[in-house]
Formats: sequence, C-alpha cells, structure tokens
Amino acid sequence: MKPAHVVWALVALLIVAHQDIWFWDDARLIFGFLPITLAYHAGISLAAAGTWYLATLFCWPVDEATPSPMTEDRS
Amino acid sequence: MTQLLIICGYLGLLLLLGIGASRLFRGTSQDYMLASHSIGPFLLLMSIFGTTMTAFALVGSTGESFKEGVGVYGMLASSSGIIHSLCFFLLGVKVWKLGKAHGYRTQVQFFRDRLESRRIGLVLFPVLVGLVIPYLLIGVMASGTVINKVTAGRIAEGKVVGGTFAEGTFPAFLEQGKNPKAPTDPPSFLYGSQGGVPKQLASLAICGIVLIYVFMGGMRGTAWANTFQTLIFMVLGLVTFVVIAWKLGGQDSFWASLQAASAAIPHEKLTRLHIPPEKFLTYMFVPLSVGMFPHLFQHWLTARSANSFKLPVVAHPLFIAIVWVPCVLIGAWATSDLITIPPPVAANPNAVLPFLVQKLAGPVLGGFLTAGILAAIMSSLDSQFLCLGTMFTEDVVQPLQGSRRLSDQHELLVARAFIIAIVAVTYGLSLLEPRRVFTLGVWCFSGFSSLFPLILAALYWPRLTKAGAYACVLAAAGSWLWLFSASDFASNPSFTVNIPVPTAIDADGAWQLMPVAAMIVTSTAALVVVSLLTKPPGQQTLRRFFPSRAD
Repeated sequence: MKPAHVVWALVALLIVAHQDIWFWDDARLIFGFLPITLAYHAGISLAAAGTWYLATLFCWPVDEATPSPMTEDRS
Repeated sequence: MTQLLIICGYLGLLLLLGIGASRLFRGTSQDYMLASHSIGPFLLLMSIFGTTMTAFALVGSTGESFKEGVGVYGMLASSSGIIHSLCFFLLGVKVWKLGKAHGYRTQVQFFRDRLESRRIGLVLFPVLVGLVIPYLLIGVMASGTVINKVTAGRIAEGKVVGGTFAEGTFPAFLEQGKNPKAPTDPPSFLYGSQGGVPKQLASLAICGIVLIYVFMGGMRGTAWANTFQTLIFMVLGLVTFVVIAWKLGGQDSFWASLQAASAAIPHEKLTRLHIPPEKFLTYMFVPLSVGMFPHLFQHWLTARSANSFKLPVVAHPLFIAIVWVPCVLIGAWATSDLITIPPPVAANPNAVLPFLVQKLAGPVLGGFLTAGILAAIMSSLDSQFLCLGTMFTEDVVQPLQGSRRLSDQHELLVARAFIIAIVAVTYGLSLLEPRRVFTLGVWCFSGFSSLFPLILAALYWPRLTKAGAYACVLAAAGSWLWLFSASDFASNPSFTVNIPVPTAIDADGAWQLMPVAAMIVTSTAALVVVSLLTKPPGQQTLRRFFPSRAD
C-alpha cells in the first residue's frame, strides 16, 4: 500500500471515529475535570493534526517545480 | 469605566496597526486585495484561523454549551479540524495554483473561466453576498452584546448597581429594553443597557474601527491585524479559562478548582442523550462551508507559495482545540449551581461568556479579556468587509465597464463605497430581534456548504457543465430559503429535517437530520444530473483546468 493511500485511509478512519456512539451517555470525568466526550473529541483534533502532517509529507497536491499552465495576469 | 478604557486602548492599537500597514501599501488594487501574493506560512495560518474563528467560536460555543452541553465540541469543533484542513488541502492549494496562473481575485472570476459562462456571476454573486450578510451579522451582534455586558452593572433588589453610565446618559431608545419573559411590559433600563455602553453604539463603533483599518491597510493590514488579534484572543482566551475556573471552583489550587467546577456540571450537560446520533452525524456537513467562503478564497490567493499552506493544514485542528475546549467547558460550568445566571442572560446565550468575564474577573483583567473576545470577532469582520468590496468591483463593476477598465484609484473607491453600504444593511439588521449566534452561524455555514459540490466538481470533475453549475446554485439557494423559512427564520434553534423511518430502526419514528444534509443532497443531485444531460465543456477549457486529463 502506498503512503498516500494510508493517509486517506486515516482520514476515513477519523471520520468514522468521530461518530462515537459508545460515549453517548457516558458522564465520566477524565483527570477529575474533563468530560469523557470532550476529551475524546479533543483527541480527534490531535489525531487530525497528525494525519494532516502525514498528508503534507506523502500526498502534497502541488509540485512547486512544475511550471503553471498559463501565466497571464488580470491585474 | 476601567474596562471601557482598556477596550478603547485596544481599539486604538488596531488603528495604529492599520496605519503601519498603510505605509507599506503599494497603491495598486492587486496589493490592496491580495497583498501582492506575499503572505508566508505563519501569517497565512493566523489569518485563515482568525478569519474562520469568529464570534461563533468564543461567544457562540460558550452559549451553545450552556444550552446543549459539552457535545457541542464534537458537533462542530472536532469535525472542523478534519474537514477544514481537508478543504485547505484539496481545494485551497489547487485554487491558489490556478489563481496565481490566471490572475483570479474572486470566486466568480474562477467560475466564469471554468464554466465558460460570462453570466455565472449574476447568479452566484447575490447568493454569496446574501450568505455573507448573516455571517457579518454574527460578529456585529456579538460585539455589541460583549461590550454592553462587560460595562453594565448588576441587578440588586430591582435596581441596576455599579454600571459605567447612569440612567439617562443616552437617549431612551438606546438604554431601554424589553423583559424577554414579559414582552408586553413597557421597556425598561433593567432589561436594556443596564448602565453599560448600549449595544447599538458598541456595534457601530466596532464596525467603524474595522472599516478604518481595512480601508487603510487593505489585505496586508487585514492579515497583520488578523495575526495580532488571533494571538491576542488565543492567549487571553486561555487566561479567561484559568480565571473563571479558579473563581468558580473556589479552591486553593487551580487544579482543585478545575475539578470542583467540572464536578458541579449537571449530568445531562455531560452527555449527548438529547442529541440524536443522526443529527450529530449530519452536523459534519456544516464545516464544508469553508470550501465556499469568499473571504477564505481570497486569503488562499494571498499565499506566497503552495508550501505556505502546509502549516495551516497541520496546525488548524490544534488551534481549534486550544480555543474551543476551554469555551465549551466554561459554558458547561455556567449551568452548575456554582453561579447564578440571571434570567436576561440565560435567555440570551450570546451573553453568557461576557457575563462570566464581568462577574468573575476584576475590572482590569475583565477589560483585557473583553479585548480578546473582540479580537476574535473583528478578525473575521475585517476579511469579510475586504472581500465584499473585491467581489463587487471585480464581479459586478468591471464586467459592466467592459474594455474601459477602472483605474486603481476608482476601483478602491467603488470597493469602499460598497463595503459601507453592506455594513449599513447588516448593522440595520442587527437592531432587529436578535437570534442565537450559534443558530445563525449554523444556517449561514449550511448555505455555503450547500455550494461545496460546485467548487469540488469545478476542480476535480471535468464533466461539470455551465448548466449543471447554474442548477447547483439555484438548488442550493432554493433549498436554503425554503428550509430557513420553515425554521421560522432561525428562531427555532432545534429545527431538523425529519425523515420517517420504522420504529424498529429508530425509536423516534424519524431520522432528525440537519437541514444542511438535505441542501447538499439537493444541490449535488442538480449538479450531477444537469451536467450529464448537457454538453461537456470545450477542449480548451479542459486543457486549461485539467491539463493531465485533456486529449
């Protein structure tokens, strides 16, 4: 599997993991102050940052060395 | 009075920043609107984040958590961390490349070329402006509420005590308001400005300040101001969190106070039992709106290089967490028995955060914290103001002029006149009956999300045709208007589109979906069906936009 495919699989996993029905009625506090649903979704935010970092490494969409197809400017 | 002086000092500082940026202004419309494509990774991150995090993020998230509980973070913040960066990654970089190559300044210019349609702007421009107005309204309304609440007095034994201004300082129509629980009673000072700066004046002052620094500094000034304000609201937001946690918890250590404050949150605010899972799922469509925000499109075009996008793509979800987690916790704490929220504040969730700041922070810290909240609001208003002027000159005035192109000086003049007109309309709307910032924001974002299929198809689906694009825009606008009116113009914050299902599948007998889901399905279906039924774009267009796929 290519690294780019792994990155897109991780994005799909994030979207699925976001629907956390398993914590729907859980009122526990993590570290005594952080509601578990909030802690879990803050974790999703951290995981998203990590996934997007991998995306910039393995599937960045523009090769800056590639010349632009046209160069006219409206200004 | 101390809070007011600090707020005035902060606003003065912003004006100085605008003057500083104006000294670097090159005098061309290209520099005014796109900062001559000179914005690097850090400024791009801060300006994009500052623009997307508006009153909605601070005032709205706290108020919505106060009403609905901590599930609000999952509904919009964590989903935005995934979807916003996806949009910057898939759309932003590609738009930047095409914009740089072909000199685009607005979305309409891009769509005109891609769709081979000179008239797409006639349909798209009013729809985009119509959707930006509620977005502006969020900021204008929230700024007035925030300044009023932190400068107002408290109510004791049916009287206002400790306000900045005595009753009678301002005309009665600015000072008096109606009791939300007894709207037929005559207006009174008790339910109006309560000794604070009247909302109407505060909103007007904020609009004026933002207009001045946008006019002086253009896009460069806006990017600088956004960066400055984003740093301010992130730092002061965390300070607000610490102060409120410590005061509410009332323990010796911060950690113990934090635990005491959270332990007092009612059970229903800690869970999502009152949020149907299918509603939660379809909330995920709302952040797609960033793909079609005209002001974000303009920010993307300011980037110095494609690599400038890497930092915003990675850091955006982290920044969202830094801002939203504290706000959501604060809103949940406000529902506990550790503090009494007066009925006028509880009836207007937009006022919960400023009320807590005013009640729990001292006057000096309260002033600084208010400056932080205003920073978040203004860092969105400025980009939206600037973008509206750019769209009007580039998409309406220049095409009408034909070959007689306006001079740079005239173009700036026209842009500024249009911005003032739209701000005046928005300000007028803000004086009408207020809506919850969060609810209004969701409706506004839903409208932009319903246009997301258009930008995605324009960049990635060569088969998209002019007729398909028109059908998409009309279907998006039509479905939005229909559902918005069905929600009684956002006065029903719990409005959903209900799909009947057997009770074996859902005990409620219906799936309660966010309206945005219905809008996206409608606009996508219109786009795909009409495109497939009409003539594909010409080879020249395909070569221009899809060089690797054209014959």
